[in-house]
Amino acid sequence: MKIIQCISPKTGGTLEVLGMDVETHQRQIKSRLGVVPQETNLDPDFSAYRNLLVYSRYFGIPKPEAEKRAKDLLAFMQLEEKRDVLIDKLSGGMKRRLIIARALVNEPELLILDEPTIGLDPQARHLIWEKLRSLQAEGNTLVLTTHYLDEAERLCDRLVIMDHGKILVEGAPADLIREHAGNDVVEVERTEKVVARLDELGVNYDLAGDMLQVFTDRPNDVARELLETCRHEAAVTVRPATLEDVFLRLTGRSLRE
Amino acid sequence: MVDITGRVRSVWRRNWDAFLRTYQVNFIPPFIEPVLYLLALGFGLGTYIEAVDGIPYPVFIAPALVSISVMYSSFFECTYSSFVRMYYQKTFDAIIATPVSIDEVIAGEMLWGATRGMIYAALMLPVLLLFGVVAMPSSLLLIPFAYLAGLLFAGIAMCFTAITPSIDALNYPSFLFITPMFLFSGTFFPLDLLPQPIQYFALAALPLTHVVGINRAITLSTFTPVNLFSLAWIAVATIFFFVLAIRLMRRRLIV
Repeated sequence: MKIIQCISPKTGGTLEVLGMDVETHQRQIKSRLGVVPQETNLDPDFSAYRNLLVYSRYFGIPKPEAEKRAKDLLAFMQLEEKRDVLIDKLSGGMKRRLIIARALVNEPELLILDEPTIGLDPQARHLIWEKLRSLQAEGNTLVLTTHYLDEAERLCDRLVIMDHGKILVEGAPADLIREHAGNDVVEVERTEKVVARLDELGVNYDLAGDMLQVFTDRPNDVARELLETCRHEAAVTVRPATLEDVFLRLTGRSLRE
Repeated sequence: MVDITGRVRSVWRRNWDAFLRTYQVNFIPPFIEPVLYLLALGFGLGTYIEAVDGIPYPVFIAPALVSISVMYSSFFECTYSSFVRMYYQKTFDAIIATPVSIDEVIAGEMLWGATRGMIYAALMLPVLLLFGVVAMPSSLLLIPFAYLAGLLFAGIAMCFTAITPSIDALNYPSFLFITPMFLFSGTFFPLDLLPQPIQYFALAALPLTHVVGINRAITLSTFTPVNLFSLAWIAVATIFFFVLAIRLMRRRLIV
């Protein structure tokens, strides 16, 4: 991400952003990029509105134009009431929204977001998702990294799952789910009887703590079988497969440090 | 060598805006400080000192007070304050995501540090005039010269900021470099009272010595060829530390 933003030097290979080489056209690339960093680095010396104005100045945007954009962006991010409030007095969700507003002051052709909703409560996340989707709808290109797979599933048209710096799969979220986890997942408590029955049926299952997850193309049949034989000792549920299932199946369950 | 364009102004302006926002606290010290020093040292202690080289003691220390204030304001701006912006506020990270380069961020910080020194000198001047301890109109030169001296101290400060592991470690240059300069740069007593080796050391390694020398020439309106040597020393050192600070900061920030 930092190499795309022309902040870190590249370690190898070639990289072009908006058709320009990251080593030779840093300023040109950066002037057309919007960046939402993971870490909140708003300027604590200024109010929300002044933050946008000061940031516009780094892009060389003339003051009248900057003032207009700052007003519009505060309105777009629903921060008008907080216009003159210092950064310290904003909630986590407001800060994230203001950072997104800040990333838009130069009307970027490409918006890069690093974990845009990390640490936010559900309401704040939904508001940010809504805003990001409306940016998408206007035809903006967003590049987003996230550990929240529900976020990726909601926002991404195209998704790349990476592990230890290697690309494992890429494609549309729905396609990836269908391909790697099927439509539905059967979850059942892990008991000897259940394991024995599943082995009899000859279906594959994954261990997930004290639960077993069965990825199969006939989830309802498996669920019925399990209910018939193990109803009294194990709860059986069938749920739609998610990206999280894909991710865990591809990268394994061991902790990544 | 360094990648600096007009965008450096936007970094300078950021600090100017922040300074103005809290102007009440920022504008008071340069008024209070010279009054306190002049009363305590100049007119208090000074009553026991008839004259230094034929100069009344308050008049002797007046240019030193300006020099010290410029040193403190520029040095501390580009050590503790810059470190806070860089490390805690992540302001530098935010700026380099825009078309502004790292070199411009660091240069802007140093130019601002110098500006702060100049502002302090400009605010002190009327107080010193009021006490009648500086000559006019030559003393107006204190203001532009404060910018150059400020840039020197800002550059040295930024080098320390670039290599310091933590904000606490910045106490070392403050105590081991700034405090000795405060005392041994011909500030409160003439340099030639010190043993010869220390005099040479002060001239070679303590920038404040040269700053005090020039400021004293300005406020007394008595210029000598030695001042030219000091000016050259300061000019060379300023360029050296300005470039070195940018180099060291690149090493710290580009990862």
